[in-house]
Amino acid sequence: MSLGVSAGAARWFSGCATRPPTPASLALTGSQVPLQGDVIDLVIGHRHFIVDDQAAEAVAINGTVPGPVIRLREGQRVTLRVKNQLDEPTSIHWHGLLVPAVMDGVPGVSFGGIPPGETFVYRFPILQSGTYWFHSHSGCQELLGMYGAIIIDPAVPEPFRYDRDYVVVLSDWSPEPPELRMGHLKKWAGYYNFQKRTASELLADAGRVGWLPALKDYLRWDRMRMDPTDFADITGYSSVYLVNGRSPTTNWTALFDPGERVRLRVINAASMTFFDLRIPDLAMTVVQADGQNVQPFIVDEFRIGPAETYDVIVELPHDRAYTIFAETMDRSGYARGTLAPRPGMTAEIPPRRPRPTRTMEDMGMRMDMGGDEHMDMSDTAMPPAQIVMPEAAGSGMGHEHHHPVEQPSGTKFDATPRRSRIPGAEPVKHGPDDHGTGNQQVAEYSWNRMHEPGRGLGGDGRRVLAYTDLASLAPNIDRREPSREIELHLTGQMERYLWSFDGQKYSDAPAPIHLHYGERVRLTFVNDTMMEHPLHLHGMWMELENGHGAFLPRKHTVIVKPAERLSVAVHADAPGRWAFHCHLLLHMEAGMFRVVAVTDPAA
Amino acid sequence: MPRHARVHGWLLGTLIALGGTDAQAGHSAQPAELSASRVVVSRKAAPDTGRGNRPIPPGYWSNPDWPSPVDDEAQHLFLLFDILEYRPTNLLSSNPHSMTQSGNDSNAGGENENPSYWWDMEGWYGGDYNRLWFKSEGQQDSAFKADYDIDFQLLYGRFLQKYYDFQIGGRVEAQTYRQASVVRGLLTIGIQGLVPYDYDVEALAFVAQNGAVSARVTMTKDLLLTQQLIVQLRMEANAAIQKVPEFTTGSGFNELELGLRIRYEFWREFAPYVGVSYGKSFGETATLVRDQGGDPEQLRVATGIRLWF
Repeated sequence: MSLGVSAGAARWFSGCATRPPTPASLALTGSQVPLQGDVIDLVIGHRHFIVDDQAAEAVAINGTVPGPVIRLREGQRVTLRVKNQLDEPTSIHWHGLLVPAVMDGVPGVSFGGIPPGETFVYRFPILQSGTYWFHSHSGCQELLGMYGAIIIDPAVPEPFRYDRDYVVVLSDWSPEPPELRMGHLKKWAGYYNFQKRTASELLADAGRVGWLPALKDYLRWDRMRMDPTDFADITGYSSVYLVNGRSPTTNWTALFDPGERVRLRVINAASMTFFDLRIPDLAMTVVQADGQNVQPFIVDEFRIGPAETYDVIVELPHDRAYTIFAETMDRSGYARGTLAPRPGMTAEIPPRRPRPTRTMEDMGMRMDMGGDEHMDMSDTAMPPAQIVMPEAAGSGMGHEHHHPVEQPSGTKFDATPRRSRIPGAEPVKHGPDDHGTGNQQVAEYSWNRMHEPGRGLGGDGRRVLAYTDLASLAPNIDRREPSREIELHLTGQMERYLWSFDGQKYSDAPAPIHLHYGERVRLTFVNDTMMEHPLHLHGMWMELENGHGAFLPRKHTVIVKPAERLSVAVHADAPGRWAFHCHLLLHMEAGMFRVVAVTDPAA
Repeated sequence: MPRHARVHGWLLGTLIALGGTDAQAGHSAQPAELSASRVVVSRKAAPDTGRGNRPIPPGYWSNPDWPSPVDDEAQHLFLLFDILEYRPTNLLSSNPHSMTQSGNDSNAGGENENPSYWWDMEGWYGGDYNRLWFKSEGQQDSAFKADYDIDFQLLYGRFLQKYYDFQIGGRVEAQTYRQASVVRGLLTIGIQGLVPYDYDVEALAFVAQNGAVSARVTMTKDLLLTQQLIVQLRMEANAAIQKVPEFTTGSGFNELELGLRIRYEFWREFAPYVGVSYGKSFGETATLVRDQGGDPEQLRVATGIRLWF
């Protein structure tokens, strides 16, 4: 079996960015040739999928995991015929694509699903460009491998250069049936966590900080009935982490010629896993987030939540191999691939870092309030809160920098402000509503944490991407101040594995959240849980209110950190019913799901 | 009206919109305007994002035939054998001749090894808020009972107060009394859940068919030596208001059982263990146990398996 990357076929020279891609010059995923054209056929069926000698039944698209890369062109009208060869209903959701509501592919929200044996025809215009993906929205099929990458080439040249591009689909794979995983978590929430704090760690901590503070810290977590090592519901205990369907041992490899610039289209298609991705000895220039151009930003590492995508460009001057190393957030495993000049070359796999621990900050407790003695048992120091302004982010990538025009206030034409207020920058005390029995705790204080790289990152000299580093390359089209704010609390009960919004799972709150067509609304998410949640709004962009004025980055999925208050602005420009949910799929399946209804102006 | 005009243009491959100010809702009556390159529909002051406004097919907004987008009401079945053990001998009565305080010669079995068994299982079937609980406990030759004591409970449980299940239902208890079986039914009402400091607590009150009231509190706590080697501390206490000799129950606080078990979780669901358990009955209960030939104070080594699925 070849590595699926032929040096000739995988090459896409878009250096001048005017040459259109041709079928023979596209990056490959696995052993697949990208599908393109105006009519694309997809067949959903079962397949024996073998990872590290362990076989299990997967749900495959056109026979592969991941499914084929779909390569489209901005401005085209595409027809996708999806044939269901399973014995259960299926569906495909085009993640991040701006499609009409009836084409969004969420059973129960946008259509009724695709019954066994039938073919559903999706038809929609392609209004955007960038890196996206597609996956099943039926039951747990996505956990079984039903996902694939979408590349949309822009109608006009891109504002950056590279010599070739590769899709890097990160995912998690387990031979365990998804229903069993859910059952384990419902019965024993810590089932998959084999990195809990033990007696030996207590001894080590006592040696480090003294017996009394160490015991106090342990007892404090026990008192709260919380586990400070809770970073992943499903871990490397049962999962293998894949790059383009390949495990670390089978090592997916992308080829390059020394001196080239390579664009990696990183997609996190994992159902339950956050990855911290880095390529030792290489800096990465982030050029797109969730398919949208951002002002280039150079990092050594970035955290990517389920369903997020980042496009990075790396320069490869040397004749050597590099490891693409994507550690899971809880450090229980990793996905690995290789960038190499020749097949078979490998680079060192770095050791995994120790798993982080939660702090009282993650519980929504303010350390500067009440003089509470706080002992941070975490090994990672948080960097000072600061906002990196886009002026500091220039990278000489060849794009023209937009300089704000300094004008006195009140001048009508200064319409591209570079700075704006970050909602939640000041801590907000939680209201009296504790969201009922289905919610374990509330963040007593919530505040914006977008400047933080995330627990377990930072403090080690690496430049780590933070949400405040993301700024849209183009100014936002809709620059109205949101006319109203909708506050949603992320809630849950870990012991019972209940996940919800405002303390109510979907079946207890099936009524949609109403938006008026054309309005600009602020959605404010308050995370009352101790876990990160990647929230995905279908159908409309969420403009992350991260302080970048008229250059707010557009995202389809945003990570909300524990005890964080994070706001996005949404222009309700698409009538219809849209899904909104946590993209940790078992959280979604447990009820962390809502329907957002944009009122049809014609109705 | 340059204030409301918008010019769209392509620059470096990106759409750069210039000149748009933050329009206020009051200006929503502005008609559509022509800009240099395209028509901008000014609808409620919303800029055009190029998505059009496609009509939604009739019947789209509510279709009762569609499935739920998520299956958040799935029912699960849980069965846990927290204790399933063999307890070879009572270390505190290994020499029967030392047990002369009661002067009761019916303790004829003291000469023998008096091995015992003990199981304590529980489980539920249901969803997140409403569950059907079943529990069963059975033991032989404990500090609480000379011969066997087996019970089974069937309870409805309702999730309350973030951590607890309120439980109500029935219990059937079978024991021996003077070599004959006795059976009674009881009403069970109680609460079970995780209390601060991570203790699993079950507190149940029982009302027997003849009106006798008793209560039981069980508390367990896991301490991790390693990820798979786990110490479980366990405490069980029983009390009753009325004396019920047929069921070896004296009035007042009548029994305490303390256990320490070290298990090794080969899998989460399968963990063999060894441990010790100390049991003592008090007052009238101790007398009743002695009358039936049992030991009111017992220290036993236990070996068993903790199982769940």
